[in-house]
Amino acid sequence: MPAPMRAATAIFRMTAIQITGVEKSYQTLKALDGVSLSIGQGEFFGLLGPNGAGKTTLISVMAGLARADRGSVQILGHDVVADFRAARLNLGVVPQEIVFDPFFTVRETLKLQSGYFGLKNNDAWIDEVMANLDLTAKADANMRELSGGMKRRVLVAQALVHKPPVIVLDEPTAGVDVELRQALWQFISRLNREGHTILLTTHYLEEAEALCHRIAMLKNGRVVALDTTDALLKRISGSSLMLQLAQGSLPPALLPLVAQQEAAPAGVKYLLRINHASEVEPILAQVRASGAMIADIALQQASLEDVFLQVMDGRAEAA
Amino acid sequence: MMSIGFRTLLFKEVLRFWKVAAQTITAPVLTALLYLLVFGHALEAHVQAYPGVSYIAFLIPGLVMMSVLQNAFANSSSSLIQSKINGSMVFLLLSPVSHRETFFAYLLAAVVRGVSVGCGVFAVTLWFAPLQFAAPAWVVVFALLGSAVLGTLGLIAGIWAEKYDQIATFQNFLIMPATFLSGVFYSIGSLPPLWQKVSHFNPFFYIIDGFRHGFFGQSDVAPTTSMAIVAIFFVLLATLALRMLKTGYKLRH
Repeated sequence: MPAPMRAATAIFRMTAIQITGVEKSYQTLKALDGVSLSIGQGEFFGLLGPNGAGKTTLISVMAGLARADRGSVQILGHDVVADFRAARLNLGVVPQEIVFDPFFTVRETLKLQSGYFGLKNNDAWIDEVMANLDLTAKADANMRELSGGMKRRVLVAQALVHKPPVIVLDEPTAGVDVELRQALWQFISRLNREGHTILLTTHYLEEAEALCHRIAMLKNGRVVALDTTDALLKRISGSSLMLQLAQGSLPPALLPLVAQQEAAPAGVKYLLRINHASEVEPILAQVRASGAMIADIALQQASLEDVFLQVMDGRAEAA
Repeated sequence: MMSIGFRTLLFKEVLRFWKVAAQTITAPVLTALLYLLVFGHALEAHVQAYPGVSYIAFLIPGLVMMSVLQNAFANSSSSLIQSKINGSMVFLLLSPVSHRETFFAYLLAAVVRGVSVGCGVFAVTLWFAPLQFAAPAWVVVFALLGSAVLGTLGLIAGIWAEKYDQIATFQNFLIMPATFLSGVFYSIGSLPPLWQKVSHFNPFFYIIDGFRHGFFGQSDVAPTTSMAIVAIFFVLLATLALRMLKTGYKLRH
């Protein structure tokens, strides 16, 4: 993933998605337990969580595929139940599962989906979407003839045929090659820059870190963290210093900093938790003074994955 | 009602069966032709349903209507169960197409398929016996009403079913017996009194009896009575189907 594509600062004036106290149970399983979120227009928002956290259920409630037991969801001010037409016209959803209608070609599929949304002469946009997703060569191929990655591209295209102001992508890059990922994120980022609100769920945390302005983390149907991506990254104090010693051992004064220790091919590898890069030199001085010989060294920045793991373990402070 | 969403769904449903016309149009026409050849010739000398009407001439409208009914049911039920099982139903559910538009699009597509097959059966069986059109308006009325009833039943079955074999159960244990026992191959006047009474509880009987009236000007029940009974049956089924679609029964969770 390239350097962060997200805007450094963003001001979101109006609410694109308003989720208020949503609860949803399947028999004895409480899939959503009072979820409330407000996502601003133009945001690139990440919804993260382990499998079974409730991400897809929440998206289903937003899309009208599931009905909340309690609470409400509004898309650009339109209630997804009471004002479902307007809500759905403003929403494009890329489902997680690869599904398709085997009777139709790619172009027919997109034209039909366009028609469902009330658009009759939409060929120019359909061509543009296909071109951006590298589907043009397959436009007249039957859906059954496409590879899994190509079918996923069509799913993305179907969600975009009506140019929805709010786009929900439920793990759109699962099982997708690098080329499509890059093309997809460039296209989605372009749409975001043009004002479309993006809600993304993904298990690829580096994608979320690079793309999302704000992130919510779900666990057992509850929001356990909600903040800007930068603030979440700052929540975990700093970085890790990897030290591999060829000879000797770590001075006792440094042992409290050790987060991980493992045998390396030549010596021992330590992972030390530090708050700031300025702490590196005093640590190295102590190691040298102890007579140990350093074989390798690396400074690792805290990633969203570290934050995610800490939040899921309950070690990081909740929102 | 004639929104672009509705028209698109109707077009898609018609295109879906048209793309496999050999299976959805030609095959049922061939089946009906075989019925005519086998039953017609076997029973021609033994059965006379209406005075002055040959058995083959009597049989043809019955076969036409049987094909209309079975194919109207097959269209909506198979389309729904397929899209539920392969997951493509989600594309419709995500769209702003309303439950009424969904109902009427599936219904009209089923009528188109039923009537298309009926026309095909009529075209190939026409050569076997001279047919008259004593009251052609009734032919049209019952072809439309009959296919609408079965299209709606197919919609209900497709929404209710979760597996293909549940559709087959519906088809084999309800649609097929009700069609065969509705007077396709005989006039209920030839049945013992008890079975004549039982036949009057079968709505399909009124569809076929009324349809036949359009050809021969004679029937077991007055066509207006048949039309009223079939129309009431349709309204009841349509109410149930609309309710299922509106509440998202087995479609939205």
